[in-house]
Amino acid sequence: MTLGPVTSSTDLTTPAEEEASTVTDGKKIEGRSLGRIAWTRLKRDKVALTGGGIIIFLILVAIFAPVLNKLFGHPVNEFHQDKIDPNLGGIPPIGTWGGISTDFLLGVQPVTGRDLFSQIIYGAQTSLLIALLATLLAVMIGIVVGITAGFFGGWIDSLFSRFMDLILAFPLILFAIALISVLPPTYWYRVTVIVLIIGGFSWPYIGRIVRGQTLSLREREFVEAARSIGAGNFRIIFRELLPNLAAPILVYSTLIIPTNILFEAALSFLGVGVPSPTPSWGRLLSDAVNYYEYDPMYMVVPGTAIFITVLAFNLFGDGLRDALDPKSNR
Amino acid sequence: MASSTQTERTATRPATDNLLEVSGLEKHFPITRGAFVRRKVGAVHAVDGVDFSIRAGETLGVVGESGCGKSTTGRLVTRLLEPTGGKITFEGRDITHLSTGAMRDLRRDVQMIFQDPYSSLNPRHTVGTIVGAPLRVQKIPTPQGIKRAVQDLLELVGLNPEHYNRYPHEFSGGQRQRIGIARALALRPKLIVCDEPVSALDVSIQAQVVNLLDDLQRELNLTYMFIAHDLSVVKHISDRVAVMYLGKIVEIADRDALYATPFHPYTLALLSAVPVPDPARRDRAQRERVLLTGDVPSPIDPPSGCRFRTRCWKAQDKCAQEVPPLRELASGHRVACHFPVEEAERTPQGRMAAQQAAAEIPPDNTAEPAL
Ligand SMILES: Nc1ncnc2c1ncn2[C@@H]1O[C@H](COP(=O)(O)OP(=O)(O)OP(=O)(O)O)[C@@H](O)[C@H]1O
Ligand code: SF4
Ligand SMILES: [Mg+2]
Repeated sequence: MTLGPVTSSTDLTTPAEEEASTVTDGKKIEGRSLGRIAWTRLKRDKVALTGGGIIIFLILVAIFAPVLNKLFGHPVNEFHQDKIDPNLGGIPPIGTWGGISTDFLLGVQPVTGRDLFSQIIYGAQTSLLIALLATLLAVMIGIVVGITAGFFGGWIDSLFSRFMDLILAFPLILFAIALISVLPPTYWYRVTVIVLIIGGFSWPYIGRIVRGQTLSLREREFVEAARSIGAGNFRIIFRELLPNLAAPILVYSTLIIPTNILFEAALSFLGVGVPSPTPSWGRLLSDAVNYYEYDPMYMVVPGTAIFITVLAFNLFGDGLRDALDPKSNR
Repeated sequence: MASSTQTERTATRPATDNLLEVSGLEKHFPITRGAFVRRKVGAVHAVDGVDFSIRAGETLGVVGESGCGKSTTGRLVTRLLEPTGGKITFEGRDITHLSTGAMRDLRRDVQMIFQDPYSSLNPRHTVGTIVGAPLRVQKIPTPQGIKRAVQDLLELVGLNPEHYNRYPHEFSGGQRQRIGIARALALRPKLIVCDEPVSALDVSIQAQVVNLLDDLQRELNLTYMFIAHDLSVVKHISDRVAVMYLGKIVEIADRDALYATPFHPYTLALLSAVPVPDPARRDRAQRERVLLTGDVPSPIDPPSGCRFRTRCWKAQDKCAQEVPPLRELASGHRVACHFPVEEAERTPQGRMAAQQAAAEIPPDNTAEPAL
């Protein structure tokens, strides 16, 4: 994929304009940057916009979780055993759809009767916080390593490329389980370690893309032109290369966020995610496995939350890629 | 007029006469294998012993087929590449190997216009940023502000100064090349290496850009090294022309002398490949063509002796054994050939005869005489 550079290899303007170049045309002369053009394209992509809308909605939900919970929910760890059917062994909630009612918007947890709505919105907080922090870390390491490898080439490139291969071949889940299970289960401790693990192992995806793009950008004549006016490596990397790398970095960051969300959910599912009682979609899902015969809704609700979130990021990321890739049709 | 050797000139003439002097210039790109421990397994002889000089205010045209090392020579002269051998002197100063600091100063005097107007402008920068970059990087004082300086430059190259905030993709190929020219002019250089500045442009626009460069040369007292891959493009703008083949200069002469009486078989072949615009004359020109058959040999393992021998219709044993030196055959007209083209051969009949003569003493190599 070539992002950014050549808009098209054919001239959009006719040769006749060549002569007219010194004539001021009536309308205001304002440059249309590639970013603006991409935005115009993105605005026409309904699917991507829907994805983007859902992402914004989820982020707002996560930020305003306490407020939303006050308005529509119940305290996270408040037991409502009156919502549990005592005739069925005190396990499933009263009602057909897992106890969904105007009072409990997404039903209640089996046995304890805790409000699922509050679990889901606080779970969104956990999920997005960890996924976004991990992605940020991955992007930062990926950019530094990718640019260094691609720009300097030679043995530096060989070294970093092999290192990235090594990390991608690492049995990550096993390592994560082993490491996290021996660490103390306090909230920030776990969050930090999980972010470090997810970010520390997903950066090669960004690193490889950045390296590849840098390798091809480095050969373009504008880099040589920058050198010929006396620009040093620092200026070439920051002023010439990075602006051209922004688009692919943005796209691939958006696309590894859902992977990281799934990873966090998987860790929680396996019992090595954020510690209870902090709500987490993955842990809800793993808890639901115990009750799926009595209360299938308990599994459907967090499952849907994960599904929608991952799908939204993927749709938006794909749309972003199409909008930023000049080779796709306008 | 140039005397017989370059070294003599340097010694006897003031340095201001020749703005640039190049002798024995070499660039071999190593070919390496292995990921960590890189072994050198060979080298691309991109430029292999080139001598020429450019006087202040003149234009030296450099012509040759694709891959013969024209761009590499240009990049060596602008010091974008480090030579592997030889010497480059600019204004009497040795610039073959420079420190980073000294290189920065050299950049002000020697600039380059690039071959591809699509890849030579950063698509993420506005025209203002691109043309203003040299001023910013070199910290050139601009009394009326950078924007004004850039707009003056845009006007100088025939662009609308109000297009300051536009992006490269909003311009046509010819306009983009003008932006590249404005950037090269920003530092008021003395020497500009124009690397095939019009090859990527429509024929209708080529003349406009060449004329612009011509006008700028007169206005700003510039010196050009003008690279092109056919002789027709450099004909109007050059004072002298050098013909390159596989990393070497095979012929260098004043423009008129080179076009009227080429001495090197390769130059003759190139000249007869120049398209003739007038249809009435085109037929005759077609018949008189010296056709270049076969491919250019690989610069990794160039032929022994004369590099052109695998495609030369005059090739003989001597050509495979001895490297022809660049000899002065007429005043200021230097040719690297053992058997230079004779007057009689400048007609098709003459060439035929020469070819037959060559065929009677077949060279001991795979060379196939071609007409
Ligand atoms: N950085 C490099 N590394 C290895 N080989 C190179 C490099 N740059 C150029 N070459 C080789 O050197 C030779 C001369 O290349 P150069 O670009 O100077 O040719 P050119 O005459 O400018 O051709 P063109 O008309 O296609 O621009 C070619 O065989 C090319 O493959
Ligand atoms: S005659 Fe011999 S030396 Fe001259 S160009 Fe032909 S091959 Fe080379
Ligand atoms: Mg070239």
